[in-house]
Amino acid sequence: MDPSLIDWSRAQFALTAIYHWFFVPLTLGLSFIIAFMETMYIRTGDEHWKRITKYWMTLFGINFAIGVATGIILEFEFGTNWSNYSWFVGDIFGAPLAIEGILAFFLESTFIAVMFFGWNKVGKKFHLLSTWLVAAGANLSALWILVANAWMQYPAGMHFNPDTARNEMVNFWEVLFSPVAINKFLHTVQSGYVLASVFVIGISSWYLLKKREEMLAKRSMLVAGVFGLVMSVFIIVTGDHSARLMAKYQPVKFAAMENLYEGQTHAPLVAFGMLKVNESMEEHKKEDFIFKLEIPNFLSYMAFLDANAYVPGIKDLIHGNPERNIMPTTEKIDKGRVAISALKTYKEAKKSGDTAKSDSALTLLNANFNHFGYGFLKDEHEAIPPIKLTFYSFRIMVGLGFLFVLLFIISLWLVLKNKTANKKWFYYSAICMIPLAYLATQMGWMVAEVGRQPWIIQDVMPVSAAVSKLTTGSVQVTFVLFAITFTVLLIADIKILLTQIKKGPKEGGTSHV
Amino acid sequence: MNLLRRIFRFYYDGFMSMTIGRSLWMIILVKLVIIFAIFKLFFFPDFLGSRFDKQEDKAEYVTKELLNKLP
Repeated sequence: MDPSLIDWSRAQFALTAIYHWFFVPLTLGLSFIIAFMETMYIRTGDEHWKRITKYWMTLFGINFAIGVATGIILEFEFGTNWSNYSWFVGDIFGAPLAIEGILAFFLESTFIAVMFFGWNKVGKKFHLLSTWLVAAGANLSALWILVANAWMQYPAGMHFNPDTARNEMVNFWEVLFSPVAINKFLHTVQSGYVLASVFVIGISSWYLLKKREEMLAKRSMLVAGVFGLVMSVFIIVTGDHSARLMAKYQPVKFAAMENLYEGQTHAPLVAFGMLKVNESMEEHKKEDFIFKLEIPNFLSYMAFLDANAYVPGIKDLIHGNPERNIMPTTEKIDKGRVAISALKTYKEAKKSGDTAKSDSALTLLNANFNHFGYGFLKDEHEAIPPIKLTFYSFRIMVGLGFLFVLLFIISLWLVLKNKTANKKWFYYSAICMIPLAYLATQMGWMVAEVGRQPWIIQDVMPVSAAVSKLTTGSVQVTFVLFAITFTVLLIADIKILLTQIKKGPKEGGTSHV
Repeated sequence: MNLLRRIFRFYYDGFMSMTIGRSLWMIILVKLVIIFAIFKLFFFPDFLGSRFDKQEDKAEYVTKELLNKLP
């Protein structure tokens, strides 16, 4: 397999996913912020709340409209560029995506019309219900695609059928309620809530800077500040849980994220650190620190809730550690090759009608299937993900997350103490936080997706086995096409949003999108 | 019938009173045309679907692919 084909196919998928994720988190979070604002309107009867709700609804509508259907391209890519994978995952991916489609269509499409067109046409309470249902629908749509993604990180509830070469779902609830799926859904949507809160505070700060729409800005900051702060607490909880799940189910990703080469008890967490530019030649993919600031015992505690716990490093996970009962990757590769050979024997025996041989091959395949994907690796070092990107992405995400907590606290303090006037330092900082919020969520995906390389399905299928036999040139062409299309869409989104923000709620665009 | 008429009026009035929404719908339509009539049609054929009609043949192909990828 041409390595450049794999790289271009991955780059193409990453590009599409990154651009798609520019639109999604704001939709997820802003839908709830709007619902809170409208609830305030219904509870108080204050027309200012109605005006505020309509204003943010307009920005929500712009983002929703530009972002809609950008995710479809990811599904095209599955069928074209990742056909082996698409076939191999079978109905496990199909079922959640079908449910997503139905939910998105019925919930979002129906009630979004009531939300935008229904002012003064339906009852106030029905309108409010529609706004909440749009928020619920958008978030439920995200649930299904995130369940599918979580299954790739932690395949559960399925059985491999060698006759069809597909994984078949044997337990839908195991797929839906796998610990990784629940955590991934919560952590990801919460990142959208935090991003939307930062967005609302940033835009509100711009109005305060321009000495316009003070009431709108202050009330919006209040709602977004409370929502963002509460969600930041939850995101810390789910992020912490995510680390434990990763340490348990994807230990190599965890070790890469921490650049932990040698396993240890009382493992410290590197709070800040810089890695040498060049890889050390001493051991493959060993990355050395130029400097690091550590929190003692914290990594052991974070991974296993025990400061004495042993956290395996990359060396342990790749070369094995008999003392800690860690299997070397070479042994996993052997098991994987046994499974693949058993699949071959099974197919041949089935064709020749040798039932005894096919039965024994099937037993061997089933016994080794959880290492199936290792059989495709050239050597043990291929099981190590890119360390630098995973390490830095994690720290940027977490660092920015704490910065947003500070933003929410300060914005709430300023609003509640009525000290928002002439705080230029705050206005500028809050505006600058908007792109940083997008950066933080993208970094989260980097940790999740780059950190699990080489796997497209953890331990079961590497990207090298998943990719379709296409020409590299054709993938390059579509990569460029996407880059152009999505960049145009993103520019359009930003331009229309900026125009609407500059117009503000007074000059129109408030009654209908 | 009255209900259907009311639903129609609801959407009709909503679309007619749109401001920025008209541009957004235009963007959505252009985007959908690009995605489905250009990308899907010319650049993203169903790799297996365009080569094989039967499910068994697709399974056979993917199995062979997997076995051939053994280093």
